[in-house]
Amino acid sequence: MGRYVIRRLLQMIPVFIGTTFLIFVMVYAVGDPVNAMFGDRAPDPATAAQLRAEFNLDKPVWQQYLLYMAHIFTGDFGNAFNGQPVTELMRTAFPITLRLAIIAIVFEVVVGIALGVITGLRRGRPVDSSVLMMTLVVISVPTFVTGTLAQYLLGVKWGWIQPAVSPAAPVGELLLPGLVLALLSLAYVTRLTRTSISENARADYVRTAVAKGLPRSRVTGRHLLRNSLIPVVTFLGTDVGNLMAGALVTERIFNIQGVGFQLWQGIVRQNSPTVVGFVTILVIVFLLANLIVDLLYAVLDPRIRYA
Amino acid sequence: MTQTQAQSPPPSSSGPSPLLQVRDLHVEFHTRDGVADAVNGVSFGVEAGETLAVLGESGSGKSVTAQAVMGILDIPPGRITGGEILFEGRDLLKTPAEERRRIRGARMAMIFQDALSSLNPVLSVGYQLGEMFRVHRGTSRKESRIKAVELMERVRIPAARARANDYPHQFSGGMRQRIMIAMALALEPQLIIADEPTTALDVTVQAQVMGLLADLQREYRMGLILITHDLGVVADVADRIAVMYAGRIVETAPVGELYRAPAHPYTKGLLDSIPRLDQKGQQLNAIKGLPPSLLRIPSGCSFHPRCPVARAVCRADEPPLYEVGTGRASACHFWKELLDGQ
Ligand SMILES: Nc1ncnc2c1ncn2[C@@H]1O[C@H](COP(=O)(O)OP(=O)(O)OP(=O)(O)O)[C@@H](O)[C@H]1O
Ligand code: SF4
Ligand SMILES: [Mg+2]
Repeated sequence: MGRYVIRRLLQMIPVFIGTTFLIFVMVYAVGDPVNAMFGDRAPDPATAAQLRAEFNLDKPVWQQYLLYMAHIFTGDFGNAFNGQPVTELMRTAFPITLRLAIIAIVFEVVVGIALGVITGLRRGRPVDSSVLMMTLVVISVPTFVTGTLAQYLLGVKWGWIQPAVSPAAPVGELLLPGLVLALLSLAYVTRLTRTSISENARADYVRTAVAKGLPRSRVTGRHLLRNSLIPVVTFLGTDVGNLMAGALVTERIFNIQGVGFQLWQGIVRQNSPTVVGFVTILVIVFLLANLIVDLLYAVLDPRIRYA
Repeated sequence: MTQTQAQSPPPSSSGPSPLLQVRDLHVEFHTRDGVADAVNGVSFGVEAGETLAVLGESGSGKSVTAQAVMGILDIPPGRITGGEILFEGRDLLKTPAEERRRIRGARMAMIFQDALSSLNPVLSVGYQLGEMFRVHRGTSRKESRIKAVELMERVRIPAARARANDYPHQFSGGMRQRIMIAMALALEPQLIIADEPTTALDVTVQAQVMGLLADLQREYRMGLILITHDLGVVADVADRIAVMYAGRIVETAPVGELYRAPAHPYTKGLLDSIPRLDQKGQQLNAIKGLPPSLLRIPSGCSFHPRCPVARAVCRADEPPLYEVGTGRASACHFWKELLDGQ
């Protein structure tokens, strides 16, 4: 197992280099950061050239990339548009988004799996049909619509919550945004669990468990659920990327100053260090999350070998 | 129903009160295409220490009968529409679900055909064996683990202590089926139903597993219902045979007599289809045609479309289960001619 983890970590290196290089090229290819600094005014050619030299913008892209990476490994992610170091933005933004993501994942896992088990065991009954309808609605409505609607109704019209989250973003204020962020994946988790449960319910080993004289609760909890969760865990792993994309939208709606917010700021202001820096960290998070899910997968299913 | 005789207990079980007595059992399945009559008035008995072999082609209702007795039928689509299942004198079909659950596994147990799919892939075999003691006896986790190892030793699994932590996929087919047998034996039930316990195994290990099952059955004096396709296995281990066709028992007899002189054309057909060493290369006399659709079981004798000796009466009148000798019954109008002709 230790060897497997090391191999997986080594495999991440080329993936990491590939993705960061790609994002680097894209960010630096779309706009001229020096022009962006001056906004609408055309920059004085001499100053522009000086800035380009200072930021190594006159060198070929691959050299710029290498220099950038070298800086990163010394902990220097450059400065944001307002002169603040990017690392400082990260220090405030990542914990907020992490909190938001954990709230969303808890919703997905607890509510999604519970609904999936209930509907999977009562396929075709009224509970099943109504939950299925609801998941369809959730899946077909984009997150920004549900988010904006929830914010308007709960925050503005009825005044149950603060429509905007305060800069410190305490857990209480993140509950609704977390639910909004979770909603789409929650619907998928529900449907996936439902299918998995109702398929496994007909499996031979479930019949054996019944024939052993086990109580219903044990047949479902110990035998059926363990097996049915295997595909759900895989889904949660691949869904980490979607969660990040969703966080960007959700943070915009509720004015949460997390990773999505900073990334958005970086993009509209064409601040390359912010964008590349944040994306680099996100890539690492994504890769590690996938590794953790793969390990969890093997814990759930002993037939998977670490090879 | 013309099958009046089947209502009375089969002749063979007229001794002491039998362990299991099934009377006129009817099971149907509601499917998209209609109602499938899977079991149509099956009656049989099993005594303590006795082995009853149940034979019949695929789809004849052997497994459904077993599932009805165990109480593990898929309901829906299945439905028990009539009959009695008397176990140790009480009708299981009238027993409350919770009490029935406590009987399952503890007093009657089942061995399934495919041990790989019938064991839970994500739980260790030690856990799955120990679960029997934990649930039915309230044994502690630690002690049930010890009992699990003992069970594995009893079914002769080498290095049982170390292997208790392994998962089903880590065992060979024969060892897995031994674990299934161990699980069924765990609480020393009065009755074991084995549904084709060796069909999924290599020929070389079939005999070993069957021998083990027969030994343990003798040792514990359990009643055993052995469902099988394999007439060769039956001859060695069974006391009595029940032959099923289209959801009915068409013949029942002590093993030796049935082999020597079958009293039903279907049984005769089955016996003729056994490959024999002295007939190598010769064409097997398999029964012509296919079993009927359970959605439209033929009128009269349900075997008549395939029966080589069918006559006009067979199409119209359903033969009852005639008593054709001591402990023998046959559902053929012409059983006498058959017996006399042999
Ligand atoms: N779960 C089910 N749903 C619908 N129909 C079923 C179900 N189980 C059994 N049946 C019906 O009952 C019939 C008899 O099935 P059963 O499994 O008892 O046959 P069998 O004699 O055990 O055959 P085999 O030798 O193939 O195991 C089947 O042909 C099928 O039509
Ligand atoms: S009753 Fe007729 S059709 Fe049926 S088995 Fe006997 S001879 Fe054949
Ligand atoms: Mg069967």
